[in-house]
Amino acid sequence: MQEELTKLRDEALQKVREATDLKQLQNIRVQYLGKKGPITEVLRGMGKLSKEERPKIGALANEIREVIAGEITSKQEQLEKAEIEKKLQQETIDVTLPGRPVRTGNHHPLQAVIEEIEDLFIGMGYTVEEGPEVETDYYNFEALNLPKGHPARDMQDSFYITDEILLRTHTSPVQARTLEKYKGKGPVKIICPGKVYRRDTDDATHSHQFTQIEGLVVDENIRMSDLKGTLEVFAKKLFGEDRQIRLRPSFFPFTEPSVEVDVSCFKCSMKGCHVCKGTGWIEILGAGMVHPNVLEMAGFDSKKYRGFAFGMGPERIAMLKYGIDDIRHFYTNDVRFLKQFKQA
Amino acid sequence: MFVSYKWLSEYVDLDISPEELAEKITKSGIEVENVQAVNEGIKDVVVGQVLEKEQHPNAEKLSKCLVDIGEGEPVQIICGAQNVEKGQKVPVAKVGAVLPGNFKIKRAKLRGEESNGMICSLQELGIEGKLVPKEFSDGIFVFPSDAEVGKNAMEQLFMDDYVLELGLTPNRSDCLSMIGVAYEVAAILKKEVRKPEVHYEAAEEKATDYITVNVEAKEDNPFYIAKIIKNVKIAPSPLWMQMRLIKAGIRPHNNVVDITNYCLLEYGQPLHAFDYDRFGSKEILVRRAHDGETIVTLDDQERKLTSDHLVITNGKVPVALAGVMGGADSEVRDDTTTVLLEAAYFKGSVVRKASKDFGLRSEASLRFEKGVDPNRVKAAAERAAQLIAKYASGTVLEGEAEFHDFSIEKKVITISAEKINNVLGTNIAVDEIKEIFDRLQFETVEENGLFTVTVPTRRGDIAIEEDLIEEVARLYGYDYIPSTLPEGSSTSGALTDYQLKRRKVRRFLEGAGLYQAITYSLTSKEKAGQFTLETSSFTQLALPMSEERSVLRLSLLPHLLESVKYNKARQIDDIHLYEIGSVFISDDALEKPLEKERLSGVMTGHYVYHPWQGEKTKVDFYVVKGILDGLFDLLGLLDEIEYKQAKREGLHPGRTADIYLNGSFIGFVGELNPEVEKEYDLDETYVFELKLADLIQYEAKPVIYTPIPRFPSITRDIALVVDQHVHAGELQETIREAGGKLLKEISIFDVYEGERLGAGKKSIAFSLRYYDPERTLTDEEAAKAHEKVIKAVEEKFSAVLRS
Ligand SMILES: [Zn+2]
Repeated sequence: MQEELTKLRDEALQKVREATDLKQLQNIRVQYLGKKGPITEVLRGMGKLSKEERPKIGALANEIREVIAGEITSKQEQLEKAEIEKKLQQETIDVTLPGRPVRTGNHHPLQAVIEEIEDLFIGMGYTVEEGPEVETDYYNFEALNLPKGHPARDMQDSFYITDEILLRTHTSPVQARTLEKYKGKGPVKIICPGKVYRRDTDDATHSHQFTQIEGLVVDENIRMSDLKGTLEVFAKKLFGEDRQIRLRPSFFPFTEPSVEVDVSCFKCSMKGCHVCKGTGWIEILGAGMVHPNVLEMAGFDSKKYRGFAFGMGPERIAMLKYGIDDIRHFYTNDVRFLKQFKQA
Repeated sequence: MFVSYKWLSEYVDLDISPEELAEKITKSGIEVENVQAVNEGIKDVVVGQVLEKEQHPNAEKLSKCLVDIGEGEPVQIICGAQNVEKGQKVPVAKVGAVLPGNFKIKRAKLRGEESNGMICSLQELGIEGKLVPKEFSDGIFVFPSDAEVGKNAMEQLFMDDYVLELGLTPNRSDCLSMIGVAYEVAAILKKEVRKPEVHYEAAEEKATDYITVNVEAKEDNPFYIAKIIKNVKIAPSPLWMQMRLIKAGIRPHNNVVDITNYCLLEYGQPLHAFDYDRFGSKEILVRRAHDGETIVTLDDQERKLTSDHLVITNGKVPVALAGVMGGADSEVRDDTTTVLLEAAYFKGSVVRKASKDFGLRSEASLRFEKGVDPNRVKAAAERAAQLIAKYASGTVLEGEAEFHDFSIEKKVITISAEKINNVLGTNIAVDEIKEIFDRLQFETVEENGLFTVTVPTRRGDIAIEEDLIEEVARLYGYDYIPSTLPEGSSTSGALTDYQLKRRKVRRFLEGAGLYQAITYSLTSKEKAGQFTLETSSFTQLALPMSEERSVLRLSLLPHLLESVKYNKARQIDDIHLYEIGSVFISDDALEKPLEKERLSGVMTGHYVYHPWQGEKTKVDFYVVKGILDGLFDLLGLLDEIEYKQAKREGLHPGRTADIYLNGSFIGFVGELNPEVEKEYDLDETYVFELKLADLIQYEAKPVIYTPIPRFPSITRDIALVVDQHVHAGELQETIREAGGKLLKEISIFDVYEGERLGAGKKSIAFSLRYYDPERTLTDEEAAKAHEKVIKAVEEKFSAVLRS
């Protein structure tokens, strides 16, 4: 009997091992461990055995049951796992197919430049002032020390609407208007971005409409060195930590002294390249100490207050920064152009 | 201003190269835009003499010349110029020579005859055609007889020189003269200025016996002198003078005219020479022109004058347009023997007016417009008299006829070293400042750090302390000014609410897939009238450059549509753009238009395009509306917004909504009218335009947290069959009111029209969610609220529940 049981065991284990799916395994379980299974059958014949042998065979039978049950369970787990794996295998997708796009637009490169500059100066305590694009002759010229008939008016051919009203030729009238608002009391620290207009024929380097950003600081004891230091911070932020600036004397009616400001070439590190036309320097803005006439006209005591002002063209900065070769791109709104400035 | 390096060196010792000089001038404030070697690209051109000239045997228009070039045997050169003659001394490009444009001269055979070089015109030597003297303009150049054969022609032509091109800012008109430039350069290089020595022997006869001067327009012309030079022989001026004029961009004419131009360049003072015998009287009268008077100017144009223009007259008729151009009748000609030389101070404004009105910008008018140095009027006249005596063998009469009605006041400015250093942020020593003023040759007295500076009249740009500070700064060197930051009271920088929200709007729209566009504000009249949100008259330019850019825009959409058209024409079909910009609302009562910011957008093509999984959503009304709703939600305004079916010019009559914010109109959204789509070559395109300020400035409800739901809610769906004309919005409103406090959410999940419902009917299915924040809602309570909803829609819209 003992022999019979071990044979059964070996037979069952053999079948378990050979089982290839859960259904076969279930059959083996029913076949060997069920109430009508061979082990039960063997145990039924135990009555024939001696008293001594009975518990021994009983124990052996139970042991064999357990062994078989154990084997079936582990085989089952194994098969289940394989089945899941097989199922997952079948669910495999091509991860290289394109995802569902989230199509976003982005800001215009000029806006990118303007906001970058705004944020830089806001961090330095400036506010952002805006003003009308249609201006009076007074704010556009006279309040800026450009009386009627001044030769420097030729520098900017303007779009007049009437004798006294014109499209602003620069954002400087915002400075004059803001100074008036402060009623002769500083400190004033502003930055003025906006659209301006000049009588130019549109081509690769000219546009009858373009943008400008000007800055103005008026306080007691403002020095030219403050202008230099401020613009140095600006140049480093916009064009990189290693940049230097250089002031060259120049002329603007609303500042005295006036300077043009060059930034060391960020493309060639001053070795000379096509961007800097071989000079190592790139002209980037105009600046100067606010002319006392401008302060006085806006109600500031020029004996007590001084100021500096600077102005630049976002088009030029964007063209330099991003290597854009034609100013008209900014106003054509070609989507293939616009989409290149997502991270700008 | 074009400055000859060699000419300049007559006034200042230049011990540096032209390039170094240019660099220094630029650093000190006047930009040298270009340094040009006059003989650039020229090699091996010598003076030759034509020994023989005969007709080319095979070509009628060519001459066969035997030319001595100073190297043993004369060479044969074939020349095509008509003016070549035996005996002439001419520039010869030898075999192996190079001319501008890398034109290499080789031994050649021309129609069978050997040619060993080329006889050159000035144009071939790189001189601009318009500067070449008339007698040589159609042929080769001919040297004066004293030129040395075999010598370098560039040297003989005074072309071994450099020209510095100065880009002058309007304030530095003092450098529109060689002497002015000399003062500037001397200050930079710490050198002296050598001014020309003027002396000649005057005749005993007096100029005043020949001419009198009267000025009626004293304001316009406070100073006028006239000199008389007799026995003048008109001829070409010396070659060196002609070449100096050419290098400065002025074409030589004859000795007298060239000398007036030469003095203009040297002193910055325009002069004019009249033919005395053709002047027509012994009297000069300067006055404003009479309306309708005319003058024929040197360029043979008849000019109609008005009282805006200042003229020189002979007491009867105008003989010159003051400061701009002389008259043809009294022009100096080859047979002129007596010259009436004018030197005057004309006001810039009156000269500018004439030069603008007649489109005549001359070297003279340019200088008068910027303001000449009153102290040089007479000096220049004397210099010219000297040169005419010398180079036109004239006899200068004693003295001059003169009108004088202004006193030349020298400006005196006091400034302290402390102020200079305070403004610049520097610490420049008193001595150093004094030295700078000395270099500028500004008469300066210093006492305890206080400078009293007398500004010379040549520097009309210097009027106030700040001007002196600039002089100090530029000669001290901006490189030596330190870098500091303002030290005053601190200010807090921030965007205004408006600016901040406008940025949020931008970021939202960009996140929703729209690119920011920037378009032009100037447009055509036709476009300006389209898509306007408010009535306005046009703001027109007085002198537009074109009809296309003649009026300020009243809507951003026309140009945005142009941008879409531009993209479509380049095979881009999915185009989503927005723009924020001003429109210009005007009525006749306003001095200038009101500027109002608009937010506009245009969308066409796919909104979602993910074809391989079958997702392709075209832009339609609801895509755009959804974006706008998202925007309104961002601004906290969604509950205050209402869309109303609308009809608008240019838009699809069935697919357009006006948008109201708390009852006031703020803009629209809709599809373009198919006719407009055709006009712009577009497919189905949707647009919106909103009054941005109204959106941003509307006071949205403050943000206050409401507790997150703690109890379960109950959802009930209903499908309502209603007449087709009933709007979902109306139904929703009724449902909201009837549902009361417990109705928390309404959403539409199905809209159906079809035969099964019967003609003129549609079904809209709503999902309603009921919720009580205080406790768990019972089915009965929800049912009660839901009953009310059903009753309300049944009553109001005769809605039938669809099962
Ligand atoms: Zn570079």
